[in-house]
Amino acid sequence: MSDPRDPALPPGGAHDSALPPGGAHDSALSPGGAHDCAHTDSDPADPFGTPGTDALDPARPLTATGNLRRRQLLSRLIEGSQTAAALLAVAVLAAVVYSVASRGAGALNLDFLTKGPPALPDTPGGGIAPEIVGTALLMVVATAMALPIGILTALYLTEFAPPRVGSAIRLALDLLNGLPTIVVGLFVFGLLVVGHYQSGFAGGFALAIIMLPLIARATQEVLLQVPPSLREAADALGVSHWRTVRGIVLPAARGGILTATVLALARAAGETAPLIFTCSIFSNSVSLHVFGQALPNIPVYIFNASEAADPYGFARAWGAGLVLLVFILLSSLAARTLLNRGHSGTAR
Amino acid sequence: MSDGARSVGPTGLPSARLRMPASGHRRGGRRALDRIGDGSLYGLCVLASLLGVAAIVAIAYQLINGAGLAMSQFGLGFLVHSEWKPNFNVFGAASLLYGTAVTSLGALLLAVPIGISIGLYLSTVAHRRVRGVIGPLVEMLAAIPSVILGFWGIIVLAPFLQAHLEPFLHRTLGFLPIFGAPQTTGTGLFNASLILTIMVVPIIASISRDLFLTIPNDLREGATALGATRWEVVRGVLLPSASSGLVAATFLGLGRALGEAIAVTQVIGAGNAVHASLFGTGDTLASRIADQYQGATTKLQIASLFYLGVLLLVIGLLANLAAQLIVRRFSVRTAIAR
Repeated sequence: MSDPRDPALPPGGAHDSALPPGGAHDSALSPGGAHDCAHTDSDPADPFGTPGTDALDPARPLTATGNLRRRQLLSRLIEGSQTAAALLAVAVLAAVVYSVASRGAGALNLDFLTKGPPALPDTPGGGIAPEIVGTALLMVVATAMALPIGILTALYLTEFAPPRVGSAIRLALDLLNGLPTIVVGLFVFGLLVVGHYQSGFAGGFALAIIMLPLIARATQEVLLQVPPSLREAADALGVSHWRTVRGIVLPAARGGILTATVLALARAAGETAPLIFTCSIFSNSVSLHVFGQALPNIPVYIFNASEAADPYGFARAWGAGLVLLVFILLSSLAARTLLNRGHSGTAR
Repeated sequence: MSDGARSVGPTGLPSARLRMPASGHRRGGRRALDRIGDGSLYGLCVLASLLGVAAIVAIAYQLINGAGLAMSQFGLGFLVHSEWKPNFNVFGAASLLYGTAVTSLGALLLAVPIGISIGLYLSTVAHRRVRGVIGPLVEMLAAIPSVILGFWGIIVLAPFLQAHLEPFLHRTLGFLPIFGAPQTTGTGLFNASLILTIMVVPIIASISRDLFLTIPNDLREGATALGATRWEVVRGVLLPSASSGLVAATFLGLGRALGEAIAVTQVIGAGNAVHASLFGTGDTLASRIADQYQGATTKLQIASLFYLGVLLLVIGLLANLAAQLIVRRFSVRTAIAR
């Protein structure tokens, strides 16, 4: 970092540097490797270590000494700490997944997935069927709003937008993606809930705002990868623009759009912040009404359980967490595999 | 309208179509349909794109509108008063700003070196196959829903911190005021910082890995040929060439840490005091909004929550804008360099 113009210059100064004409002095691989340090007290009239004197002395060991050794040691130490950082991240992932799996597995059984909550509070048993159905419905509502708008936005960016307008819209999408999700929840609360009721629609709308930039940006990347030759062929045949889009561009990008949608769903499925203002006060029964009342959903269920102090509620929350985590990890894994296959498939 | 757009094809080639000679009466109908189709496709696309932009404007408007009552009542004094007493209709955000700053900066302090180290490991140290396994695993960390991570933070991490890490830090580094006496629960600013670190590390790691992988190999090989060790290559070539991107990644991580509401609410312990000690409880802007969602009754309290939302929006937008502007300038520069 110290001096970017002279990147390879190590702190040791000219002797240590590989720049002098002696070239190989510093390299541990050359027979003269030991020179690095010994050089200082060699003959001053022979600064470059004439071959035939001590440079090729076969008795000299090939191991590095002195300053070079210190530098190599430092390098190895830092590489070791980088490896440790990566392992730490993986270990944290393993710890979280293990906690959720080991504590959630106990709660998990068929009843848990198909039944509602127990009749009395503070009792064991019961399930999260209403939450599973509600989360699925919320996903459908959110996707129904975000997917068409996202695809059309991506089409605008790749097919129509002048460069300046395009970059402004991309910036807006990136900013939307980076917004704190609780702010989105507050927005939908002010827009749809104040003066009305919480509803599945409001929750789905908030999640759609989260999904929109993800779908739009990822779809745009996919559309950019559609081979130009396909479009040119359509153009050459005199096919109109909208027919080209409908018949050539979108079908070619179908797999990528699917991947983008699944990834966006995996993100939205676990979002709690947009829902606690819009879709959190629900009765624990299976409901298919999107308008007028809040839909039970898994993230808010876990959040509520974690704020309460009911050990049976904790157990159910771990179970719900396991269901959610399995869905999210599996779908993002599937999307990633799909993506990789798509990448290796296209001749790029 | 559609003709104008059509002349600039997506491929950059002029895609001007040959005007088909009117070679039949059926063609006319089809061409009219095509004109309608092209026009409506363009219209729909413009409309959809405007929705994305409009969403940001609408969010800002709605929040400021909702905060109006609190803004007129408290003005900018809201930022420097720390009382939050719904019963007395007194609200202030000072302690929340403090909590937000401490947790986010604490998270960045840990996440930036760890994230960049992982990025370096994945791009320079790890074997290609190992990279293919560990890279996705680190990204999986970002896929864990915040509510689950927060729940884990309460049930698993908090007891561990309370029993082991916090006493240890207090014993060894207790002369620093930030490592005060451990609390009884393990929830607090420290726990929140750690949970935020877990969320920010994968962001910084994957961005920095991509940055390091895009640096031309010639530069690396050149430095290596000059006798630099691998760390010297990193310090002298990789880090300087990626520095602006790394700053952008840090800002993105900051945006994430500032705005995280749910997990922080779960582990921060909802306090309203400004402590020097990290082990004390606190609240951030986002977590205060989240934990009052059912308790907000008076109009003034709701308006104050919206005021917090406005602050969060402004800070979050600034962090993200900084990141995006740096990324854009950076990518333009590398595009020119190539």
